[in-house]
Amino acid sequence: MEQRTALDKQGYIQRNLLDKKDFSLKGFFLQWEWMLVIILIAVMMINASLSPYFLNYASLRDGTMIFMDKAYIVFPMAMIMILRDIDISVGSTVALSSVVMATMYNSLGVPMELAVVICLAVGALCGFINGLLIVKFKELSAVIVTLGTMILYRGIAYVILEDQASGNFPEWFGFFGWGYVFGIPFILILFIIMAILFGFLLHKTTFGREVFAMGKNPTASRFSGVKVDKIKIIVFTLAGLMAGLTALFLASRMGSTRPNVATMYELDVIAMAALGGVSTAGGKGRIIGTVIAVFIIGYLQYGLGLINIPAQTLLIIVGILLILAVAVPKIKLPAFVKRK
Amino acid sequence: MPENVIQNSAQLQSPVKKTSKLANIYKFRELGLLAFIVILSLAVQLRNPSFLSGENINDMITNTAILSILALGMMLVLVTRGIDLSIGSTIAFSGMIAAQAVSANQNLNPFVVILMGIVIGMACGAVNGILIAKVGLLPIIATLAMMNIYRGVTFKISGGEWISSYQMPESFVSIATGKTFGLNNLIVIAIVIYLLFYYLINHTRTGRQIYAVGSNPDSAKVSGIKEGRILLLVYTIMGGFAGLSGVLWVSKFASAQGDTASGYELTVIAACILGGVSIAGGSGKISGIILGSVLLGILNNALPLLNVSPFWQTGIQGLIILVAVIINTLVKRGVDRNNLMRRKI
Repeated sequence: MEQRTALDKQGYIQRNLLDKKDFSLKGFFLQWEWMLVIILIAVMMINASLSPYFLNYASLRDGTMIFMDKAYIVFPMAMIMILRDIDISVGSTVALSSVVMATMYNSLGVPMELAVVICLAVGALCGFINGLLIVKFKELSAVIVTLGTMILYRGIAYVILEDQASGNFPEWFGFFGWGYVFGIPFILILFIIMAILFGFLLHKTTFGREVFAMGKNPTASRFSGVKVDKIKIIVFTLAGLMAGLTALFLASRMGSTRPNVATMYELDVIAMAALGGVSTAGGKGRIIGTVIAVFIIGYLQYGLGLINIPAQTLLIIVGILLILAVAVPKIKLPAFVKRK
Repeated sequence: MPENVIQNSAQLQSPVKKTSKLANIYKFRELGLLAFIVILSLAVQLRNPSFLSGENINDMITNTAILSILALGMMLVLVTRGIDLSIGSTIAFSGMIAAQAVSANQNLNPFVVILMGIVIGMACGAVNGILIAKVGLLPIIATLAMMNIYRGVTFKISGGEWISSYQMPESFVSIATGKTFGLNNLIVIAIVIYLLFYYLINHTRTGRQIYAVGSNPDSAKVSGIKEGRILLLVYTIMGGFAGLSGVLWVSKFASAQGDTASGYELTVIAACILGGVSIAGGSGKISGIILGSVLLGILNNALPLLNVSPFWQTGIQGLIILVAVIINTLVKRGVDRNNLMRRKI
């Protein structure tokens, strides 16, 4: 009897505390990511049947250049959502950092190499300010703070450039948006590198475990000695930094920048993260899911753009897709319900 | 509302002792916001004496009426720990349908148009409510998706065309420009709605249940409150307000476009937050959101009066929202500390 309880206890520890679940085929295939893969294949098939120009290597390859820029923000946004927060200022951060970069280069004669670094730094600074305000004023949630900074950053961009566009970047700067490395778009290569880096950071390091712990139970993780404030500031700074990177790619692809670029980017990014299986209730999400979601929404927009479907119809389709993506796992089919 | 609870319990314990007026002022949590508004108004008045003239104040309140109606609905949503990002699109949707209806049938009674707008808005809100309460989606995701969908549908039914003032009959435009009892119709509508909802929120069972669901969903459930029904109700009310505002908006600006009120949901949320409504749910007062809407109204009105360059206005608005929210937080911290100390004695 004693042996039995000891075994039970051991089993309990294995099942619940060590976070090591037994591998089961059914569990493996019931993961959200497989659902995403199916949606991606469906999107590909629909696009291919609608347009003869969609399904070939060159088209698929160059399509990534069109939608990949905002995809960089999805990774830190996933982390922020895992922390139960949200950042709606990223679109404005993109605008501000690209405007600062263009003004530095064109009006102040700063060399472009330095301006690129400044662009990233401005992005990171914006994110850092968000993080700092959120940590210092805990009564205010992240929605409130980033709502304020969203209007503020966009406003500063308008103050700097008014209603002008600023461009005339040197030729090498176009490489960010249009360059190839070994025949693959640079933007895609960097995206994959970033995905691996962020995947490693979130799933394989102590930092990542602490992010998940904070998302599951902020109070408990604070009492367990997790440096809650520090992690929050780091994550929001990362979001700003990635917004700075997006600003680089966007400015490079368009050849110029204006204060009203990247409006509503935050909503696209949140949609991608939510479709990728990151829960805004916190504590749940994986980088691989967000990567597939980026390709789903990206190729959907690119493919429907090829057959001249107006952007407004795309709004409806992305909206329905988002609802289906979040609603489907909630519907409990009898076969899916675990027997107790 | 917590302060009421504190007040009531204090009265229960010592019915003889009267609370002094000063103490009551200290308990008023929107004190920081009110002080901010007064200082801001005085500063603007010093720079431009026409700011506090009767005409300008009337203009300002008229322009704030729609915002304050929406803020009331948004407060209820925020109190239940939700958020509704789709209202900007709902405004455009109901406004567009109303404009199409009056341009096709010039003799339509304005009341019928308003009623139609409210019903369309309530239908949109009910869809949000069903997704959130019955399907169990998170409010921010569900309303984000519906925001896209309503906006897309608005563009579809309009075919990208604008409906402008010459297509609208006089009776429709006069909804927003006409006067009742010497006050602009928009102000009258806002006042009626506020009186109605002041009663609903503070003096009916449903109103208190909304707060109960927001401040502690688990105990609300245990106490037999049907959470799903309350959520559905709240989002439907929000949708109804958005539909009403859509008609008023189109009537006021005398044009309906596909991108009407795009991004306006953020202004409404900002007004609520400035008014001290907590995003975490359970707290929010009508007096607060009135102050929040008024502050935003003052900003919109005062910056052009001060000849601020339009390019600076966005930035200044963002900065003032942030500063006001932070000051409000700091004052609240002080007030709460004060209340705690008084309780100890």
